[in-house]
Amino acid sequence: MDFFLSRYRHLTVLLIVITAQLLLIAYQVKTNKDIPLIRVWAVTAVTPVETGLELARRYTWGFVEDYFVLLGVRSQNERLRRENGQLKIENNYLKSELSTADRDRALSVFESRSPSKTVAARVIGNGTGANSKVVFVDRGSTSGVESGMAVVTPDGIVGKVVESYPTASLVMLVTDPTFAAGVVSQKNRVHGTLKGQGHSECLVDYVQNEEHVDIGEWFYTSGDDRIFPKGFPVGQVTAAPNGKTFKEIYVSPSGMAGGVEEVLIVLQGVHQEVPGGEVGSPAYSILPAPTETAAQTPEGAPQPDALATDADRLRAIYKDVGVQQKHTYGEGPPGSKPPDFTKIPSIHGVPQPGMSQPAGLPGPAGAAPASAGPTGAPPKPSAPVVAKPKPQPPASLESTDDEPVSVDQRKVAPPAAKAPVVKPPVIKTPAINQ
Amino acid sequence: MTEYTERLLTESPRKDAADRFRTVWLVVIPLIAVLSQVYVPRFIPFLAYLELPLLITVHFALSTGGPIPALFYGMSIGLVQDSLSHQPIGMYGIVKTLVGYFAAQVSMRFDVQNPVLIFILAFFFYFFHQFFYWVLSRALLGEVLGFDAQQTVIFGLLNAAVALPLFRLLDKLRVAR
Repeated sequence: MDFFLSRYRHLTVLLIVITAQLLLIAYQVKTNKDIPLIRVWAVTAVTPVETGLELARRYTWGFVEDYFVLLGVRSQNERLRRENGQLKIENNYLKSELSTADRDRALSVFESRSPSKTVAARVIGNGTGANSKVVFVDRGSTSGVESGMAVVTPDGIVGKVVESYPTASLVMLVTDPTFAAGVVSQKNRVHGTLKGQGHSECLVDYVQNEEHVDIGEWFYTSGDDRIFPKGFPVGQVTAAPNGKTFKEIYVSPSGMAGGVEEVLIVLQGVHQEVPGGEVGSPAYSILPAPTETAAQTPEGAPQPDALATDADRLRAIYKDVGVQQKHTYGEGPPGSKPPDFTKIPSIHGVPQPGMSQPAGLPGPAGAAPASAGPTGAPPKPSAPVVAKPKPQPPASLESTDDEPVSVDQRKVAPPAAKAPVVKPPVIKTPAINQ
Repeated sequence: MTEYTERLLTESPRKDAADRFRTVWLVVIPLIAVLSQVYVPRFIPFLAYLELPLLITVHFALSTGGPIPALFYGMSIGLVQDSLSHQPIGMYGIVKTLVGYFAAQVSMRFDVQNPVLIFILAFFFYFFHQFFYWVLSRALLGEVLGFDAQQTVIFGLLNAAVALPLFRLLDKLRVAR
């Protein structure tokens, strides 16, 4: 043994050192834990030097530029760029909220929540290794940065924090080969996984060949990965050929266009809606809506009524109530007195007990009031209405109390005895105002 | 055997073994190399190909001639690089340990002052470094990364070209004990 050790001393030391490092790697991979001591030492030793170099560069070269070349335009430009970035984010947020169909809901959501809380950071250095796509930023755990946080710019996502140290953080860029994030396309809402490729473009994987993705279409974060809040721009499609199993969609990341200098680390993410684009046509074809001309109606068949659906009837009722009470929907500040919705009939023509029939409304069926109990309890299901030969109101307006009552109807016209004083809900439905 | 090859094979670098870096340079030079690798590509992205820590390791191994100091030196530089990357600590450590060891072994058999040999060794060790790192990434971490041999060869040649003036500069920093 002694002979072996003395004869192969160098080789023995080499094997011991290699084995020790292999065990170190195995421990990290197996336990998914890091060796923070070594990293913190190295990063704490290196990043202050980097920050110093960056400061020196900025205050020497930047000084010359500021005073002798640009005379203050540079600083103004930087300030405007920052403001522009903030406004872009705000604008994106507002646009996405206002593009939702329900304007009232969008406004209430806007009031109730604010955009993601972020902290600005400056890139101070790259990670080691030729293939490495990681950078150091000058914000660390002392600024509230934690690993796993998203890093964005107003133009799109940049990467995610993989390590956080007291003075700096390590950010993996979207172009890193091990990067992945959930994305969704704007137009066709195609979900996929964004993967870095080690160069300037990224790949959106796991999209079936049957899915439709256009060149130039935008991808946004889907929020599925629990790192990036939903609705942040990712990039535009540059190519989308079919692959063996999945499409090979290449995306040019918009957040890294023109290099990465200053970034925003999302401390508290808020999901946003993906801005609505042109909705792609479905894969199946549907018939156009039928025209309501009498000529196309078969002779002898009952004529279709203009108020063909419950929604139409409800709209007409609300319109008349508004006219009667001289109320214009959509006007008046929040909190102003709404119309009295307790004094409206049921959409099936059943007036609530003790209320008058609004003028101009289609009258209720003759037997309908009797079906409502004196206590105001919901009417029991009646026998099926038998068609009579005499002229009748439009079929859709007949009393069909055995039909399920819609949620909206319950809200608007509750039984009077159970809720004599009902605070009507504030409804700002633009459709009613039309 | 010609006079040149005789000199190439018999002149041991041990004659220079007494030459040592000053201790301070042993720490400062690798730190500068790692810093430059981290900082310079921000402004000159093309220089990202430059693997200065590797060249420093090779130079140290060739100039000291002792495999054990060389492998520990390589390991230290590699671990610092690992600390500044997002990979588990030890990946660059293992690769540079091997580079240091093999470079020191080579220096015991050849005249490593020869510029042609320096060029070849720098190229070889760059290729070995990149290839072995790729193998370790696949084998130990299960990462499915591509290995662009053509690009590695080109970068290897560029690193070898940089190694020539760099080694000359580092030689000047050596002092006789």
